[in-house]
Amino acid sequence: MSTQNIAAPRSPYLSHRKRNRFNIEKWGWIYMRVSGFLLVFLIFGHLFYNLIFPGKVSILDWAFVAGKFSDPLWMWWDGAMLWLALIHGANGMRTLVNDYAHGRFRSVLLWALGITTVVLLVLGTLVLTTFDPCLGPTDNAELIAICAAQ
Amino acid sequence: MTSQAAPPESPAAPIPEPKRRKLPAGTLYRGREGMWSWVLHRITGTAIFFFLLVHILDTALIRISPEAYDAVIGTYKTPIMGLGEVALVAAVGLHALNGLRIIFIDLFSWGPRAQKAMFWIVVVLWILLLVGFVPRHLMVVFGGH
Repeated sequence: MSTQNIAAPRSPYLSHRKRNRFNIEKWGWIYMRVSGFLLVFLIFGHLFYNLIFPGKVSILDWAFVAGKFSDPLWMWWDGAMLWLALIHGANGMRTLVNDYAHGRFRSVLLWALGITTVVLLVLGTLVLTTFDPCLGPTDNAELIAICAAQ
Repeated sequence: MTSQAAPPESPAAPIPEPKRRKLPAGTLYRGREGMWSWVLHRITGTAIFFFLLVHILDTALIRISPEAYDAVIGTYKTPIMGLGEVALVAAVGLHALNGLRIIFIDLFSWGPRAQKAMFWIVVVLWILLLVGFVPRHLMVVFGGH
């Protein structure tokens, strides 16, 4: 090893990196704050509409969700929650794995986390975009009317 | 101190002993509001993440058939899962409110100075949220209306 490879004393850490290089940790930090702020409204709206607003627990069934997904607003709402929350959660878990897991165990966990996240993002997006509310029988009068018109 | 007499200008008032701290000095975070909010943020975040994985899978059943979806959602409509929903809303509420506290700490110049006060504001708002949600939700779970 020649002396050329040793940085000068007191030179700033990581100064050998090019300036303006894309810093994934910085964007991860920004993403956690922006998505977290948006998710506060998206998730409390989601909880209120599904748990409090109907006034009874039995409202949650296929017809209720199918009725929601026939409205583009709720499709975009749930799609935004899927992407923002899952990436927010996966990035948070990445932080924990990097803190508490080491060596081979860490890389196994990071790969499992990455694969799980991508698979669930693709699955969730496909379900949202290819869902047809007229797929099966329903008691929802509004839905019956919509499907009969098709 | 045996051969020398006490100096004549010996102070009348003794210098007070520094207060003994139970915690090591100079810690802003350890053992205090900052540390416990950090611990709770990690625990609630992990719990919510694993719930989210299951929740995406169960909602994906909507694409398979109404029977498949209703069968799985039906297993959620039990008192135990109703109590689980209370725990979930409590975890989401704490993570959301403390997350806003973290954003304020990072974003505003007064943030780091107010972090302890903001933690207790988070606790109060969280209790108010649960006071609003839990009785209503338990009436739905156990009363069926």
